[in-house]
Amino acid sequence: MNWLRLLFEFLVFPGFLFTLAAGLILTWIDRKITARIQWRVGPPWFQPIADLVKLFSKETLVPEGAPRSVFLLSPLLGVASMTVISVMLFRMNFHPHETFVGDLIVLVYLLALPPLALILGGASSKNPLAAVGASREMTLYFAYEVPFLIALVGIIAKSGGALRIGDFILAQQAGRPFLYSLSGVIFGMVMLLTIQAKLGLVPFDIAEAEQEIMSGPYIEYSGPVLAMFKITRAMMLFVLPLFLLTMLWGGIASWWAVPKFLAVIILIVLIKNTNPRVRIDQALKFFWTGVTVLSGAGLVLAMFRL
Amino acid sequence: MAKTNLWGLKKSPWVFHLAAASCNNCDIEILDILTPKWDAERFGIVLVGSPRHADALLVTGVINRKTLPRVLSVYEQTPKPCLVIGVGTCSCDPHMFEESYNLAGPYDKHLPVDVYIPGCPPKPEAIIMGIVKALGRL
Repeated sequence: MNWLRLLFEFLVFPGFLFTLAAGLILTWIDRKITARIQWRVGPPWFQPIADLVKLFSKETLVPEGAPRSVFLLSPLLGVASMTVISVMLFRMNFHPHETFVGDLIVLVYLLALPPLALILGGASSKNPLAAVGASREMTLYFAYEVPFLIALVGIIAKSGGALRIGDFILAQQAGRPFLYSLSGVIFGMVMLLTIQAKLGLVPFDIAEAEQEIMSGPYIEYSGPVLAMFKITRAMMLFVLPLFLLTMLWGGIASWWAVPKFLAVIILIVLIKNTNPRVRIDQALKFFWTGVTVLSGAGLVLAMFRL
Repeated sequence: MAKTNLWGLKKSPWVFHLAAASCNNCDIEILDILTPKWDAERFGIVLVGSPRHADALLVTGVINRKTLPRVLSVYEQTPKPCLVIGVGTCSCDPHMFEESYNLAGPYDKHLPVDVYIPGCPPKPEAIIMGIVKALGRL
């Protein structure tokens, strides 16, 4: 009954359903904290669920002349990749010996799929504003990926040249978490900024800028297909901090992971609420000069075991 | 419509702000309902930028011959089920523009309006109440 267990892992725990439920709760926490910071009351706890239920009961409109299959299927790409990442992360954390060599590289590619889904969907929707949003998303992806990859190389250097995430976790359990060192703090900052950009939150919500390009790549999406993008976003809000904890803060296989996880989430929401949106050229300059130099300095420090 | 779907629609009405040649007062009051003082997000009301995401259209101003095709086009682009809410006295009757050559007629000649919110401009409380009443009609 191995395939049944596999199916359960992918669809229920820790795959699709569990990640979705956790992501929806986190979405509510995000909106509630945002509301409290702005001295508002904020939405009730079931708000993300109500949003999804409503979106699934609405009509799906496909713009005239848009390629139907790409337009309707690209949102599923993000959901699928997030499900796989979640299953992989849980397996790595609870059975660190059972992972395969090179799973870090697989994860990096899987993390590239949600932006790709957005670019494909936006570019295929035959709307000038969506095209602008897709091009911005592409630029932003290339901007944050450089310091992110350098930080990952630095983490590999810290663990002594391992390419398996299981080895990172074992190294952190044997010694101390990578975060408790100078280079670890630098990598933590870089990864936090990258997560902010990957999630498309302020100050890096340039691709979907509500006020200037009317939510960009999402503009032509309606009903269940839009709900798929919302689901991807909710799952990312759960999976990306989990990735940060796994790589830098000692894994998630103990109860200490819960307060750590909440601290990361609150930090993300605070960054979101205290910064204005930057322009795309500013974001590119920020990531390719400041953050890349910071990340490179972290790499040098990691080489000297600092 | 199924009961859960109706619940979802009632708890999360996303509104699109459709200004059909209004004098901008109603538009400012619509933005007011998002401010901390009135906080429409308590009821799940979110202002969205695209009619494709909208569940309710807040139409303001007297519709004239120039804006009528645009209003109808936006209404057609909104996924159904969707509500149409006329905001302001202009939506209720054409008052001083009654004799105008450019008038395209009252709202309900062209659109299935669910609720009219009178006032020039209506207070934010009135707008929230109008949306809540429109949801009650579902």
